Amino acid sequence: MSDAESMMHGGFVSALDLPDVPSSKLPHHLDLRRTRVLCNSVAPDNTDTVQYSGAYASMGVDNSLRLDDFRNNFKVNVNRLTADEMEFDMVGVDPSLANAFRRILLAELPTMAIEKVFIANNTSVIQDEVLAHRLGLVPIIVDPRHFDYLSENDRPNEKNTIVFKLHVRCKKGDPRGTVKSDELRWLPKGSEFLKESGASASNTKAETYTSFNFSQDSMPEFSDNPIGVSPGIIVAKLAPGQEIELEAHAVKGIGKTHAKWSPVATCWYRMLPEVVLNEDIKGDMAEELVKKCPASVFDIEELANGKKRATVARPRACTLCRECVRDDEWERRISLCRVKDHFIFTIESVGALPPEVLFTEAVKILEDKCERVISDLS
Amino acid sequence: MTIKQDQVYPDIDYRKFVEPIKSAVDKFQLVPEFLKVRGLVKQHLDSFNYFVNIDIKKIVRANDRVVPGAAPNLYLRFKDVRIGKPAIMMEDGSLLDLSPQICRLMDMTYTAPILVDIEYTNGSHDNYTVHKKADVLIGRMPVMLRSCCCVLFGKDEAELARLGECPLDPGGYFVIKGTEKVILIQEQLSKNRIIIDTDKKGNVIASVTSSTESTKSKTVIVMDKGKMYLQLNQFGKNIPIMVVLKAMGMESDQEVVQMIGRDPKYGSLLLPSIEESANLGIYTQPQALDYLEGKVKRLPFAHSSYGKEGRALSILRDVFLANVRVNKDNFRPKCIYVAVMMRRMMEAILNKDTMDDKDYVGNKRLELSGQLISLLFEDLFKTMLSEIQKHADNALSRYSRSSPFDFFKYIPKDLITVGLERSLSTGNWDVKRFRMHRKGMTQVLARLSFIGTLGHVTRVSPQFEKSRKVSGPRALQPSQWGMLCPCDTPEGESCGLVKNLALMTHVTTDEEEGPLISLCYCLGVEDLELLSAEELHTPSSFLIIFNGLILGKHRRPQRFANVMRKLRRAGKIGEFVSVFVNEKQRCVYIASDGGRVCRPLVVADKGVSRIKDYHMKELLDGVRTFDDFLREGLVEYLDVNEENNALIALYEADTTPETTHIEIEPLTILGVCAGLIPYPHHNQSPRNTYQCAMGKQAMGNIAYNQLLRMDTLLYLLVYPQRPLLTTRTIELIGYDKLGAGQNATVAVMSYSGYDIEDAIVMNKSSLDRGFGRCIVMKRYSAVNQKYANRTSDRILRPPRRDDRTGKGDYQDWEKMQILDDDGIAAPGEIIRPNDVYINKESPIMTKGSPMMSALKDSDYKPSRQTFKGTEGEASVVDRVTLCTDKNDNLSIKFMIRHTRRPEVGDKFSSRHGQKGVCGTIVQQEDFPFSERGICPDLIMNPHGFPSRMTVGKMIELLGSKAGVSCGRFHYGSAFGEPSGHADRVEAISETLVKHGFSYNGKDFLYSGISGCPLQAYIFMGPIYYQKLKHMVLDKMHARGNGPRAMMTRQPTEGRARNGGLRVGEMERDCLIAYGASMLIYERLMLSSDPFEVQVCRSCGLLGYYNHKLKAGVCSSCKTGDNISTMKLPYACKLLIQEMQSMNIVPRLKLADS
Repeated sequence: MSDAESMMHGGFVSALDLPDVPSSKLPHHLDLRRTRVLCNSVAPDNTDTVQYSGAYASMGVDNSLRLDDFRNNFKVNVNRLTADEMEFDMVGVDPSLANAFRRILLAELPTMAIEKVFIANNTSVIQDEVLAHRLGLVPIIVDPRHFDYLSENDRPNEKNTIVFKLHVRCKKGDPRGTVKSDELRWLPKGSEFLKESGASASNTKAETYTSFNFSQDSMPEFSDNPIGVSPGIIVAKLAPGQEIELEAHAVKGIGKTHAKWSPVATCWYRMLPEVVLNEDIKGDMAEELVKKCPASVFDIEELANGKKRATVARPRACTLCRECVRDDEWERRISLCRVKDHFIFTIESVGALPPEVLFTEAVKILEDKCERVISDLS
Repeated sequence: MTIKQDQVYPDIDYRKFVEPIKSAVDKFQLVPEFLKVRGLVKQHLDSFNYFVNIDIKKIVRANDRVVPGAAPNLYLRFKDVRIGKPAIMMEDGSLLDLSPQICRLMDMTYTAPILVDIEYTNGSHDNYTVHKKADVLIGRMPVMLRSCCCVLFGKDEAELARLGECPLDPGGYFVIKGTEKVILIQEQLSKNRIIIDTDKKGNVIASVTSSTESTKSKTVIVMDKGKMYLQLNQFGKNIPIMVVLKAMGMESDQEVVQMIGRDPKYGSLLLPSIEESANLGIYTQPQALDYLEGKVKRLPFAHSSYGKEGRALSILRDVFLANVRVNKDNFRPKCIYVAVMMRRMMEAILNKDTMDDKDYVGNKRLELSGQLISLLFEDLFKTMLSEIQKHADNALSRYSRSSPFDFFKYIPKDLITVGLERSLSTGNWDVKRFRMHRKGMTQVLARLSFIGTLGHVTRVSPQFEKSRKVSGPRALQPSQWGMLCPCDTPEGESCGLVKNLALMTHVTTDEEEGPLISLCYCLGVEDLELLSAEELHTPSSFLIIFNGLILGKHRRPQRFANVMRKLRRAGKIGEFVSVFVNEKQRCVYIASDGGRVCRPLVVADKGVSRIKDYHMKELLDGVRTFDDFLREGLVEYLDVNEENNALIALYEADTTPETTHIEIEPLTILGVCAGLIPYPHHNQSPRNTYQCAMGKQAMGNIAYNQLLRMDTLLYLLVYPQRPLLTTRTIELIGYDKLGAGQNATVAVMSYSGYDIEDAIVMNKSSLDRGFGRCIVMKRYSAVNQKYANRTSDRILRPPRRDDRTGKGDYQDWEKMQILDDDGIAAPGEIIRPNDVYINKESPIMTKGSPMMSALKDSDYKPSRQTFKGTEGEASVVDRVTLCTDKNDNLSIKFMIRHTRRPEVGDKFSSRHGQKGVCGTIVQQEDFPFSERGICPDLIMNPHGFPSRMTVGKMIELLGSKAGVSCGRFHYGSAFGEPSGHADRVEAISETLVKHGFSYNGKDFLYSGISGCPLQAYIFMGPIYYQKLKHMVLDKMHARGNGPRAMMTRQPTEGRARNGGLRVGEMERDCLIAYGASMLIYERLMLSSDPFEVQVCRSCGLLGYYNHKLKAGVCSSCKTGDNISTMKLPYACKLLIQEMQSMNIVPRLKLADS
């Protein structure tokens, strides 16, 4: 202790004479830099993570990631779970890992989406391409794991294609009609449109655009669970006398090729907010602070002597509007931080799979990737 | 008992009670009301309506009689004229009601019949009978859309929809042969006004451009070396002005001096001129006339029809200052006019400030479609009359009289029709009478975007040539305020010359002069005739000048002006009559002529607005209209000159007791195009100008009937949106219903390096979901031609794959798959490059005598039309229309549609003149995302801000962000903060904070690549982005081998011809400097036009290669001995031969290298 004091007083001390730094413990200010993002009013600070295992070696701190530590520290805690939305905490991972899940969810998880549209008749104002584009973006409520990818030289069959039919007409004299996605009918037996005079006339059976071996509704997965699409989406509008007749073929794909195959509406995380009051904020100042915050992060605590003190009641609610640190003097009193290894992860599914399944699927894909790296390297 | 008031209530300011009560009344509602009444192009419509209702009748009344020279008691009289309903007579005699949409689709001219009531005498010798005929067709008048004789006039939205018309379309243009033509507003210097200016040598001149129904002339008085001269086209040389005055009867020099003013400073200036005439020995009128007679320019075909009075006098009477009428050879008004001109010149010499400014808007007149058409119609009508006269004379001179003479037969039916149609479609205005040959008066209406259309009909085109290097006419004039948009002008050569009208501008039409003149006299104007020369410039009175004519004097000018204004406000005289007291010139100018720009203002009495809250309430309740405001004198129109007599407060709060008028709304100083910009008053001014030009290139919706139209080129956005940050102008003109852009979430940050130089980085998922998707439609047409020999093209059923048994050529079936059985491409089919869209065949023989027998198949050759699009891009046949064209041929039009998603190189722009191309397209997962999961649609580099200073764009971002958060469209009207038409940044920030955003709009973003937070807060929010029509797909071009020009054998030029890319002079210089000579050789010869020539070493001329001898031969030496073979560019060989053909012998001297 006295050595330390002498250091502070500017005395020269040999490194050998320094007391042993307590191992696996960084000084407070360094630990803060390592684990927190400081959200100052001007700009965020310490946004990066320290990856290098020997970064703090001189302090005697080992910065390497150990599997055991990870096992012990990693936590997942679901905050909210509905049919198509989930929010959970993921604690004890590096941002890169959390980001990997996010990226996989956005771009690499397969779903089914309409890829080919065969238009037999379209007299509506909406152009064929635009109609096809709109149909493509309609989410299809089906587990994509039951299907295969349709590769280039494959014929569309019951394992890789779902066929929908849309035939709507607005009768003359009726008011203008709206075509919603509910009107898409699943055709479990495949396409009904005949191919225009195929190559060989000898083929007695007229050829359609798909070659299903059996009806999809005979598959156990779909036998009592018909494939549908997300309802209530406006596809087109029809004036009296107009008609749309088409067949839409959905195939499996990933969000990287086109956003329509993305299984999530969006998926993101945020780091856990941490609000620290650097000094006691009492009385009118406390009131002021509570009033300032639009997300009501702060609360007032009644002290024994009838005085009031501000407390951080709901740090999670912080949206980082930085209203509380807008003035310089307040910035001194409050530190807004983000915990670097605690992620509040939100998945908004479009409906094909429930969000929790989506996440486990994402984990599987990451696993596959890792295995591929390992096998490629070895 | 009296107590001092101060003692009783010491702290009350008593002045407050005396002051008028000020309360700001929101007068904005007047703007939409104004536009509702008048429409956006009211200037054009008013002008055309005036022509159709009044002017045309005047013209006909002025020339209503044809009397054949041979039989003076025969006559044809036009009693009345009117324009009928737009309809056209079909061949079977039935009437087809025309609508503009029918005309557009069928390539017809939207016209209405010009009907006249005539009275004429018939018969021979002495038994004449007077006949009357009503509704005789003399021609067809192209009808301006939405004018009073258009079928669209007064129709509501549903009725317009039934006619296939867009309710938001402003009208104001014509449909000529299926194309929409606008007559641009022409800007001119005032007619019949004295303009004091300097000429090129710096001499002071006074000029008057006179224009009457019969003549147009320009009179100039110039001060040259201290003496004054008259310049007139009819006189060869400058004439001393005193001689002119003497010729007009002002023989007394003293009277001239009196007329100009007896102040010695004028006298000394006049003295040299007086001396000059004395030196010439001219003292009397006959002497002066003799002198002038000698100076008259002799025309080559001089005829002496002037008789005894001589040409000089008639020139002085009819040409010299033609606007001042000479009544019974009384030249006194003209003399006074000249005196006033001279006095003003002298004032200008003594005091440069009294010089007139040619660029001052008050000295300009705008010529509108109605006036221009009336010029044309008058000319054509007169031509028609002389035509009738000629034919009648002809018929009467033959005097066979086998059939009785009938005037009715000689009325030409299509002279006027054809003349009007030709002028409107070519834009050439040729009126021989006025020596008027103007080109480019009409333009094809820009239909690229809705805003482009509006901007086009409000455009004002200049009088000057663009090449003049003076800056004056290009500069922004302070008098443009509220009349012409300060932002909307093109860049480049016509910068500042081409202007646009502001939102509330009105252009006047002519008004009857007679009643106004007599009113002036009633109000105490002393007639000029009764004044002596001395009295002309008495200090206590002002000259009254009415439309450039000196009426007389008034002793109490201010009172006179006030009375005139009161009468105007009471509606006793026209609302556009302007009364302007010019203290400096000691004149009162009253103007009722057409072409003045004016705008409505709220009248204030001693600084108190006449419009009260209850007026506005009544307006909102619909019991009061804009016209009621006018009628009750609450609002009045002021023209630019009269504005100088007014003190106009911007807001009611700024009024002082001197204030006479209050602006209705400051945002109306901007035009239509500049009105789209949110917060334009926060931007650097050139940025607003750039946006005005770019808004016209933005893709979006064109009109409600856009899919029914057959435009040659149509750019549409698939998902257009209305801007989140709107302005009042946007709502007024309907841009919120026909938007041309999308609200993109923009992050202002640096990303990836592909965003330098204004490039933007786009989110691929946004593009997948439809951001920036556009449809390009192009029209292709084909005509099933009929030929002179009674043959015609034919359209055949295309060969099919299964047709092999048939005899026709089926080998092309693959290219004709998209054809229907009628041989025409079917709508909805996908069309690829080189596909045939019409299987047409033409007869081989199209000339000669009519073919009697039916043609055989072998008499036809295929003339199929194939689609030429970008290779690898599939388009779709959108629509096919069939109609008969004017030559009675079947005309087939195809609209071919191509849907495009944005790609790298496509051009985008915000509404602040910040254009940029798409630099790269990035996957969504690589894009940054915010705490709430918001991912931007595009990323813009922050370097775009400091030098451009488009603060308005930043406020737009904030406002839009607040708008999406709270669910209310925010406003950003120009200068709108004080009046509440623009949200203040403070209020926006408060909204942002309330919804959990930072007050400055900066968000905490995570990198999509590393997953870590970004090291800065990012300014992010929605900005309205426009996709501009410039797309790489239409521009990209490269070639390896390709076509060559026939004559030079060099690669062709230009993308359209798949041409080569030129290594130009500068590139060549670089290569020379670098020393890459072989590259030059390769580029300029081997890859271009190498040619092997045989050169004769002895004579140096080119020989040829004789294939029999297998050797080169020189054709001039007749031997093959000294022939060398070498390579030349073919162009060089061509040059040598061309020179030889001109008797120049270029000889090549070869040397060993």
